Amino acid sequence: METVKSLILILMGGVLINNYVLQRFLGICPFLGVSKKFSQANGMGIAVIFVMLCATAVTWPIQTYILNAFGLGYLQTIVFILVIAALVQFVEIVLKKFIPALYNSLGVYLPLITTNCAVLGVAINNITDGYNFIESMVSSLGVGLGFWLAMVLFAGVRSRIENSPAPRAFKGLPVTLIAASIVSLAFFGFSGVVEGLLDSIFPTAETAAAALTAVL
Amino acid sequence: MVVLIPALVLLAIALVCAVLLTVSSVFFGVPDDSRAAEIRDALPGANCGACGFSGCDGYAKALSEGKTAEVNLCTPGGDGTARRLAKIMGTEPGEVIERVAYVACGGDCSPNGRKFNYDGPHTCKAANVYFSGDRFCNFACLGYGDCMNVCPRDAISISERGTAEINPKKCIGCGLCVKTCPNGIISLIEDTERIVVKCSNHDKGAKVRRACDVGCIACGKCEKTCPNDAIHVVNNLATIDYEKCTACGACVEVCPVKCIHTENLICGSHFE
Repeated sequence: METVKSLILILMGGVLINNYVLQRFLGICPFLGVSKKFSQANGMGIAVIFVMLCATAVTWPIQTYILNAFGLGYLQTIVFILVIAALVQFVEIVLKKFIPALYNSLGVYLPLITTNCAVLGVAINNITDGYNFIESMVSSLGVGLGFWLAMVLFAGVRSRIENSPAPRAFKGLPVTLIAASIVSLAFFGFSGVVEGLLDSIFPTAETAAAALTAVL
Repeated sequence: MVVLIPALVLLAIALVCAVLLTVSSVFFGVPDDSRAAEIRDALPGANCGACGFSGCDGYAKALSEGKTAEVNLCTPGGDGTARRLAKIMGTEPGEVIERVAYVACGGDCSPNGRKFNYDGPHTCKAANVYFSGDRFCNFACLGYGDCMNVCPRDAISISERGTAEINPKKCIGCGLCVKTCPNGIISLIEDTERIVVKCSNHDKGAKVRRACDVGCIACGKCEKTCPNDAIHVVNNLATIDYEKCTACGACVEVCPVKCIHTENLICGSHFE
């Protein structure tokens, strides 16, 4: 039960609390660049989820069995960039050959996120947080979903902004950045919520006792 | 040794990646249709969609896959592109009719103010939903710049009197603005033509007169004057039959509201 709870915590943490775009400010470039239309934002989000999962599946073993084994932890960043870039290229070639439909739908987004900092960020943070392989994969999924959520939410916000009469000095990017900051502010409200919710669903001995005394 | 081991490890990882990519590109490689790439290079790359396909890539793909055999669909590219495409495809180039977009609105209703205070989204499309826009003339250019925003070549500007104006020197004739204008007052005219009617109002004369000083009042003077039977009042609006028009300018002289103009529509920026 504890492992399930911690996995759900990691997943929800990635989506809501530590949202990479809105809380850690990683991957801002695609967040502002491809969020103009819902369909594009959706495609980009799905491609990022896909690449994050692939990247974690490769970088975690490399860190654990090669870099840590030789005591070369400091090579982490450069090795991860190299490996992720190569991996994305490889996945692109394979997809083009075997699943052209998926290749066409992911389209230009796949090479676009080859060296995206959110992808690199999740690979490195999984190591820094000391996750095991399963936890790392769940964390990547959560972060990817969080990225997708941020993209899709913001695409909606943006389509409203585009048609609104913003003051001339704020037209275009400035008003978009302000809107992004407000969306980010809204996401700060999630900190603590998920943990509290899970505590009520899966009560530990402590919290149960606390609840009991409160009732009595 | 301190340097050697990390360098070797990095080298090994890089080598594995390189080998993986090379092998996979050899075994899984999908050959690109070289003709499509060649055609794509011959196209201007404006991605305007005037050809009827989704951008230059779409047209190149359609040509290479045999979905269309017409090589003269690219209006922005003009004759030069048609010739190049014909060479690649091994067919006859055919004539490309170079055209320029033209806004048929004199825009003189602004002095009379607006029908109401429009406070919605600043697009013509949205404004047009409310009682055909806030202008007194229902066929007027609304001036919120929908056409300006879709123009791939920045050829359209909103003039001081609040109507869209197209610079024929910059216009590539893609027709995106024609599709965008909610009032349908922009049309593509062959760039060899000289006489244009700068009004789209189909209302009766008196109603036009109330809204605008330079709107066509359907008096029919031009129709009577024209020596070639080229201009007719159709549905309360002077309409030119360009097959008969010789650009003599007789109608321009007699028009009492001066809504017929002599214009130089030679386009300057076709990609030759």
